[in-house]
Amino acid sequence: MPEQLLQFLATGVTVGSIYALVGLGFALIYNASDVVNFAQGEFVMLGAMTTVALLNAGLPLALAGVVATLLTALVGLLLERLAIEPAAGASVVSTIIITIGAAIFLRGVVLLLWGKGFHVLPPFTGDTPIQFWGATLLPQSLWVLGITALLVALVRAFFNRTLLGKALLACSFNRNAAQLVGIDVRVMLRLAYALSAALGALAGILVAPITFTSYEAGVMLGLKGFSAAIVGGIGNPMGAVAGGLLLGVLESLGAGLISSGYKDAIAFLFVLMVLFFEPTGLFGHKTAERV
Amino acid sequence: MRLAGLSTFATGIALLPVLFPDNYFVTVVGVSAGLHIILVVGLNLLMGYAGQISLGHAAFFGMGAYASAILTTRYAWPSLLAMAAGLLVAGLIAWLLARPILRLRGHYLAMATLGFGIIVHVVMVQATDWTGGPDGMAGIPSLNLLGWEVDSDQRWYGVVAVAALLAIWLSLNIVDSRIGRALRAVRGSEFAARMMGIDTTRAKTQVFVVSALFAAFAGSLFAHQQAFVSPDSFSLLVSVELVIMVVLGGMASTFGAACGAIALTLLNEGLVVFEDYEMLIHGALLMVVMIFLPQGLFVGLSQGGRRLWTLLASTAKP
Repeated sequence: MPEQLLQFLATGVTVGSIYALVGLGFALIYNASDVVNFAQGEFVMLGAMTTVALLNAGLPLALAGVVATLLTALVGLLLERLAIEPAAGASVVSTIIITIGAAIFLRGVVLLLWGKGFHVLPPFTGDTPIQFWGATLLPQSLWVLGITALLVALVRAFFNRTLLGKALLACSFNRNAAQLVGIDVRVMLRLAYALSAALGALAGILVAPITFTSYEAGVMLGLKGFSAAIVGGIGNPMGAVAGGLLLGVLESLGAGLISSGYKDAIAFLFVLMVLFFEPTGLFGHKTAERV
Repeated sequence: MRLAGLSTFATGIALLPVLFPDNYFVTVVGVSAGLHIILVVGLNLLMGYAGQISLGHAAFFGMGAYASAILTTRYAWPSLLAMAAGLLVAGLIAWLLARPILRLRGHYLAMATLGFGIIVHVVMVQATDWTGGPDGMAGIPSLNLLGWEVDSDQRWYGVVAVAALLAIWLSLNIVDSRIGRALRAVRGSEFAARMMGIDTTRAKTQVFVVSALFAAFAGSLFAHQQAFVSPDSFSLLVSVELVIMVVLGGMASTFGAACGAIALTLLNEGLVVFEDYEMLIHGALLMVVMIFLPQGLFVGLSQGGRRLWTLLASTAKP
């Protein structure tokens, strides 16, 4: 039994890392613009699908991954420029609907380009399982954990140590004040979308060798990432990471101990409970409503 | 004015089968459009008037459908009784859920309704003993209205048309009632509404339950009409599609919502040939309408028309 628990934990942390990366992307955009980008899951899918396509075109895996990440960042930039910027000042409900529209649109584009089939990426470094204390771990899981840790550290350092990161944070605190001290808010918004899209794409590329990818793969991943961001308290990047890991572990335990068919229901039931009892998330700031 | 709109609408619906008897577009697509009208008019009460988003409305649609399917096939209940049971279950769940869920706002509310919809969908897929799992349930008997069997396409058109008109009429009355005014106040500013002495929690709970009842009613009709239900008809995509219809028609307009339902049903029917483009067009439509005509296609167009009309009228006068 302890071996089994360890196994569930290992699987959970791997999946949770992906949720954490997607959640981080949500938090980034939300911080900069107060918009929840429902197309975040589509960035994950785009990253994986583009890498598959480039790989099939003969590019080596590493190069394909880098190009796919850059292309997805470009898509994020375009999304901000073409769909979010023209609707500036729209209500929360309107922006939710616009980004849902963008998500469906991107899914439609990928469907047209690469069809409905399932695709898989080769693991980065072989697929000989690693044994530890009775549990097994795929080498790809180590890649997921390592790169996620690295990216989270980079995002943290970006916000805490660079001028650009601080400028971005300033926009989230008070857009007008940021503008007044000479920060170009529009550029910052585009940057946030591009970064968030790149993070999503990397998450997609990391997880594609473990789970299959298809034009629909972003839907659930996006929703789980959104859940991670909400559980962690929206707009709190490290909260989103914690939320993602928590969600991943819980889901994996639920799938292993209760029923694998109900694992999504268990995850969302947890999210609902968090929202009912801690409506601003586990690590969110308690704020009063401004009238 | 209200009755004028309703009677125009009713005349149009009544004339269609006379003008085009046995037309596939009238009987089959018409029934589907009618069911969508009931769903969307109900959702519009919640989204358009009360300003609360729901990304899980297909769950209530499914509850009505599965209640009818399970009770009539497994327990041989009469169809009307099964429908009533479905309404009761959906209404009760909506009532229980309303208080905690409608306390949330904006993105949190979107997440919660979405999660609820997914949980219900997972149950439909997994509870195979009850729901037949992903394969669904077949052999649902047709609707029996006190001895009158609804068993032909024409009869279904009639029943759904009456039901849709009833839904529109109910919605128009709710909007114009005290509750309707309270809801509009909630959308404007919940805080201000509370200051005016409106019990906002109660108003929101009521509208949530009403829109769930509309959806369950449509679901029950859907199950009997199709004679088959499967979880696919109640997925997240369906919830999103209902939101598209509300947005397309124009939030906070009952006729707009009804037009949105008809328009998207027809569009989907037209796009069957271009199945692969359906998503692309849906997505683009949603974005373009929301960015350029945030009041919806029909409200936006009718306002534009009215402005043009006054412009013409003022230039015509010397």
